[in-house]
Amino acid sequence: MSIALDTSRISRARSRAAARRHAVAGGLAAALVLGFAAALYLGDYPVPLDGVIRSLFSPLTGLTDRGIDFIVLQVRLPRAILALLSGAAFALAGIIFQTLLRNPLASPDIIGIAHGASAAAVFSIIILGWSGLSVSLGAFGGAVLTALAIYLLAWRNGVTAYRVVLIGIGMAAMLAAIISYLFTRARLNEVQQAMAWLVGSLNASRPGDIVVLGGAMLVLVPAMIALLRGLDAMELGDDTARALGARVEINRLGLMLVAVGFAAFATAAVGPVGFVAFVSGPLARALLKGAGRGFLHASLVGALVMLVSDLLAQHLLPNTQLPVGVVTGACGALFLLWLLMASGRSGRVN
Amino acid sequence: MSANHQLLAAGLDLGYGDRRIVSALDLTVPAGKLTVIVGANACGKSTLLRGLARLLSPTRGAVYLDGKPIHQMPTREVATVLGVLPQSPIAPEAITVTDLVGRGRYPHQGWFRRWTPEDDAAVARALAATDTLDLAERPVDELSGGQRQRVWIAMALAQETDLLLLDEPTTFLDINHQVEVLDLLTDLVRTGGRTMVVVLHDLNLACRYADHIVAMKAGTIVAEGRPVAVMTEKVVHDVFGMASRIMVDPVSDTPMIVPIGRHHTEGAMARA
Repeated sequence: MSIALDTSRISRARSRAAARRHAVAGGLAAALVLGFAAALYLGDYPVPLDGVIRSLFSPLTGLTDRGIDFIVLQVRLPRAILALLSGAAFALAGIIFQTLLRNPLASPDIIGIAHGASAAAVFSIIILGWSGLSVSLGAFGGAVLTALAIYLLAWRNGVTAYRVVLIGIGMAAMLAAIISYLFTRARLNEVQQAMAWLVGSLNASRPGDIVVLGGAMLVLVPAMIALLRGLDAMELGDDTARALGARVEINRLGLMLVAVGFAAFATAAVGPVGFVAFVSGPLARALLKGAGRGFLHASLVGALVMLVSDLLAQHLLPNTQLPVGVVTGACGALFLLWLLMASGRSGRVN
Repeated sequence: MSANHQLLAAGLDLGYGDRRIVSALDLTVPAGKLTVIVGANACGKSTLLRGLARLLSPTRGAVYLDGKPIHQMPTREVATVLGVLPQSPIAPEAITVTDLVGRGRYPHQGWFRRWTPEDDAAVARALAATDTLDLAERPVDELSGGQRQRVWIAMALAQETDLLLLDEPTTFLDINHQVEVLDLLTDLVRTGGRTMVVVLHDLNLACRYADHIVAMKAGTIVAEGRPVAVMTEKVVHDVFGMASRIMVDPVSDTPMIVPIGRHHTEGAMARA
């Protein structure tokens, strides 16, 4: 067979994979648009669809209706945008860690980074008496410090995935104990405030959260894209990656910093919403069936999971607004069980 | 790929932490030849290969690629000249053969030079050379051991380097697949004009396929040269601590080592 024929076979195989990637991305984007529209349309205060559309374009058209504009532009739109941004950020944090450490369990909500943010937030609410934006700042600091501690403790002539996961799980348990201890010293209203933060919620979203998280993502996403190329080689193991000319240590450190950034900023904005980081990457890859690494797809899945979970949290029970973390926690736990059972059957845990 | 590149080690010390594994080793890799490194377990052959491939920094001495210290060269530049297949590379879950082999094009790409038709052609050539074209769209997870090994070799080939270092490319393979892989490597040296360094376990296959054999013990080279000149009963004893008889391989005219153990000594058959 001629080499030209072989070459066209390869390019066809690659374009088939690309077609699948585009189809999956298109489908997810379409679902996201639907979810976004539903988030603007649904609510206790009925707003007709044309009212939603008129409000969205009111800054351009000048056609305003103060009541409807307030509901759509000040209440529902910021909430939906924050759901999108935080979902995407959690998903990217998760898939970066899962890919780097080659383990689906290695997502920041399992290896203790979310627990670090929580412990710091609970500490600042109960001991320092903080509230609002300063709690978010505390959570951000807690996430970064925990990540640093895990990295340093796992370091032994470089970091191995196995050590990071084990030390991370140990760290998570320790931080959970600290949180429990803090609760024993708290007054009832502080406990309530801290619990609300811990479950993770979009109920108390502030415009400032969108600005901070959006601004952070404007920096983190390009940084991630620049570092992703190295991952092509690093996925094949450190030796193979170095043999291919990748700068493994610097690339890995850079990606970890970016991932911690995503996790810390998202947690600071909406609290430690469980399992979004954990499920998005594996779900995206299941959809792609080997056609790609799925970082873009994971961020779309994360945004969708967050948006739909929040819709469910708001409207599932009449007259009750659940925190979004309750819904993601319940669904995510089922996914974790499924993952463990599936990996048990095929005989591999990572 | 006619420009033969020169790889040599001078006064090379290699180790992990305080443990010295290779000491004061000199080696010039013959250009355009198949060099095979043999030795007992833990004699430092894989460590030497990692040192030659700049995957491990020397504690003393240096490895030179075309006269320049390899550890001080930009690693991407080295990767366009020297390819390495380490002992246990990792296939990402669900990756397809085409995608995996395409990763070998990494050093030829950059932020501004993405995938091109030339990359497609290189992947196609690598798959054709390893007889894995028909597996192109299969997930690597689903392949047999022999197929997987050929795909990994294709990944290293897609890098299209003059020099290729392979660490035990035949482990876990049946004897027929071992012969197949070594035949392929020989083709690449004879017709492709490449320089190849391979770590092998099987002494007889090493003697059959090596243009140049390097026998190592405790981090130093005991003997090197053409197998027929080097492989004596004394060298086998020095390297493996084992008595043996050397016969002539009836198929290839190369040395064939027949081990002698406690139960099978010379004359035992006659006495029985």
